[in-house]
Parts: sequence; structure tokens; C-alpha cells
Amino acid sequence: MTQTPRPSILPGLFACVLALAATAVTAEEHKKPHAAAVEVPKDQVQVPKPPFTEGIFPCSQCHDPSAMAPNQKRRVLKDMHTEISLHHGPDTRWCLDCHDAFSRDNLHLANGKLVSFNTSYQLCGQCHGDKLRDWRVGVHGKRTGMWNGAKQYLLCVHCHNPHSPHFKPLKPMPPPARPEAIQLKNGGAK
Amino acid sequence: MTAQEPCQPSSGCQCPSTEEGSRREFLGVAVAAVAAALTGCEKLSAEEFLQDKFTELSKDDVQKVIARLEKEYKEKYGKEVKVGNAPPVPGTIFGYALDLSRCIGCRRCVHACVKENNQSREPEIQWIKVLELEKEEGVNLQHAEQYYNPDEVPREGHFYMPVQCQQCKKPPCVKVCPVGATWREKDGIVVVDYNWCIGCRYCMAACPYGARHFNWGEPTIAAKDVNPETHYLGNRPRPKGVVEKCTFCIQRTRQGKYPACLEVCPTGSRKFGNLLDKESEIRYVLENKRVFKLKEELNTQPNFFYFYGV
Repeated sequence: MTQTPRPSILPGLFACVLALAATAVTAEEHKKPHAAAVEVPKDQVQVPKPPFTEGIFPCSQCHDPSAMAPNQKRRVLKDMHTEISLHHGPDTRWCLDCHDAFSRDNLHLANGKLVSFNTSYQLCGQCHGDKLRDWRVGVHGKRTGMWNGAKQYLLCVHCHNPHSPHFKPLKPMPPPARPEAIQLKNGGAK
Repeated sequence: MTAQEPCQPSSGCQCPSTEEGSRREFLGVAVAAVAAALTGCEKLSAEEFLQDKFTELSKDDVQKVIARLEKEYKEKYGKEVKVGNAPPVPGTIFGYALDLSRCIGCRRCVHACVKENNQSREPEIQWIKVLELEKEEGVNLQHAEQYYNPDEVPREGHFYMPVQCQQCKKPPCVKVCPVGATWREKDGIVVVDYNWCIGCRYCMAACPYGARHFNWGEPTIAAKDVNPETHYLGNRPRPKGVVEKCTFCIQRTRQGKYPACLEVCPTGSRKFGNLLDKESEIRYVLENKRVFKLKEELNTQPNFFYFYGV
């Protein structure tokens, strides 16, 4: 039988952030779930740092506008970022639909409003509003910590590589022992 | 004892307490010796043999029992094992919800549970059973496979359904126990007193979810693998010949933590919380998602729910 991913996961994927390569999961920011509405503005949720590939951020260390004018022509990248293959949304989508050409260390929403990488869920939520809604209340994605207190949240991009957001298949851990196997070990069925 | 209290025939209220104590002590040792000779349980101490039901122990007796257990575990494993007896958190009934549309059947939960709850390792007792089901069949347990072992999950055309204790509001396992060694706590967790269980396994026959497991042999667990944070009614190391089951990680959840299976799940399929808290994740799931109970027609009334998050 072929081992293709389950189609039913597809709608569960977060979208739109383009320059994050999901590698490490760092996570130690806490938040009182019920006090959230008071502590932070409604569109802000406290989350851990995004999982950047080491050394890649800030983007402006290479993308220096004084040294290199941004090329806004829609194209396939050949010189840099070739490891990124985009499997997210329509074929016409490309880097600058989410990354900002003039403020390289930020992303932007469809209306042009800049969004930091720390709040990239806002960008994802433009298309995946239902997931964002569930995520805010702790139903989409994982919460760890206390069921009645401080919780640790993850960004969308901690689980979904924004360039290829489908949740990757995993090797299952060992199955339970069959009764026959246990009997054999103990000298066969009595 | 106050004058109003009725005289218990067994308590011997006419006798001075010291005499009663020494007679009881003598009888205890004698009975334990006879019991040891008859049952072959030479490891059973007189105190353990005479220990009362956990629910009927006084606070002092509970402390004595816990001290005895901690001493025994230290002798056995060579390290401090803490045995807690945290009571239910007031105003709490625990509920669990599992997202069938997200679970990929990776069994991380199964093994995290074994590690957390000090189950026997050889053969391994697992409190969570992950069923591989066919999408074409839906939740049809006749098409369930628990021994699946492909290189990668999820397999095409399949979905996965972890089954563990459903912490029923009307638990058939509790109903059939002839000695009252298992009961439902105020926070909804069905627990077992391993020191009172006689190993008759009626509860295993009564449970429609296969959630109870029996220690056929002396449980084997390496000293280094013993989780020292335990609860009397939960994950403390068990003796041979008793039944055990999922307790929603009672040693964790009564301290406010999430169960181990939830914390390890890579897909975030598992949701846990207080059913009485309107703001909890579990209530959001119940109020906004498509939810079902496994074998609802049996009227066991589980506090464990399955839902479709997508």
C-alpha cells in the first residue's frame, strides 16, 4: 500500500508565511489563558520565537536596500534560497506575496500592513481563519503546561513549514506485543 | 469515641484501647503468617495484609500506608519514590477530547504513557491502544487493527483512533467489582486501590473499551525507568495480580498539569480540561465541534470524547 499523506489533514494547514524554514522548536513563553484578553490586545497572542534556520535572521543582514535594490519581478530563485520549494497555495504565489520587499525583517498582510515574524499567525489567519480561531482557544495545535493555568503556545510555523505546510508522515513507534509472542517467550501456549 | 456513637461490634468498645491494640497486633501477625503460608505470598507484610480499604482509611493511616510503600519502593528500586495522595481539585470534573481528523497513529502517546505511569515493561502493559481504521468503513471496530506497523503513518485510506479508559460516569467496571477496590473519584477519574484489588478481573470483562489491564506476572521495570513522582491511586509501582488502568495521569492532572499523552502528541490531537469550566478548551470542543462518544449506546456515559476538528 502506498504511503501518501492523509488528505484530511490538508485543510488543517496554515498558510502564507514564506521565508521561515521550520527547524528547531524553541518555546518558553507563558500566558494565562483566561487573562489573555486583558493582558494582550485581542489580535495578539504570546508565542515563542519562530523557528528560524540558524543564521538566517535578520534577513536585512543580506537584503540591504542600500547595497541591493529589491527585484520585485516574479521569478524562480536561482542564486539563493534554492533549498526552498514552495508547496503552498496556488502556483502563482511567490516570495513577496508574504515577505515584504522593503522591510525585509517583516512579513506583510494582503492589505500591505507589516507583520513581524513573531505574530506570523495573523498572516496565516488571512486564509485559514477557522484554524486561527481554533488556535486562539487552544483547540487547533498543541498547548502544554497547566490545564488550569500557564500554558505554552506554539506558532503555526512550529508545526507547519510555511513553504510546505503539510504535516509530514512519521515512523510509528512499536506496536504492542501479540499474545502469541508473549506465550512463545514463556515457552509456548500451555 | 463519643457516647452518641453506636458501638461497632468489631471495634470492641468495651475493652481498654491498649489491650485491644495488642490483641489486634497479635491477631494481625498470626493471620498474616497463616495467610502467607496458605497463599504463598511471603512478601506480603502483616501491615499490608491488614490494610483497610483506601477510602476507609483515616488520615493517619493513609500517611502510614504511604510511608510503608515509599520504604518498600526505596528498598526495591534504590531511589526515592514519592507516593502522593492528592485529593480531587474542588469544582473539577475532568474531560478529554481526541481529534480523529488529526491523529496520525504514531503511538507517541502509548509509549509516553508507559514511561510516565510505571507500567510493566516485559511484557509491556499499554494503557492506550491505537486502532487503525478504514476510512471507507468509518468507526467500525470490526475493521480495526492495533498491530499495524508500516514505515510511515498515516497510511492512505486509514484513520487512527486511540482508545484508553473513557472515565465513564456510569462505569460498568466499578459496578461489578465484588470488593469495592475500584471507584469513581469526585473529579471523574476511575481509580483502583491496588492493595485492595483481589485480581478477579471481573472489571476487565465488564469494560467495553478494553481499558483495563492485568499484571499476570510480577511487573518488570528497571530502577532507572521508574518515574518517582507517583500517586497512590495512579502510577505507583503495582504488585503482581492486580488490575490497572489509565487515570488521566492523576499524579499530574491533580497538580494542574496536562496528561503525558497530551504533552507528547505531535499533532495536537488531544485536548484535556475541566468540564465545569466554561472557558476551557474541552468545553469549546464540546460546544463547537462534531463530537461523539465511543459505544454511546451502552450508556456508560464516558467523559472521553472523540471529535472532528476540521
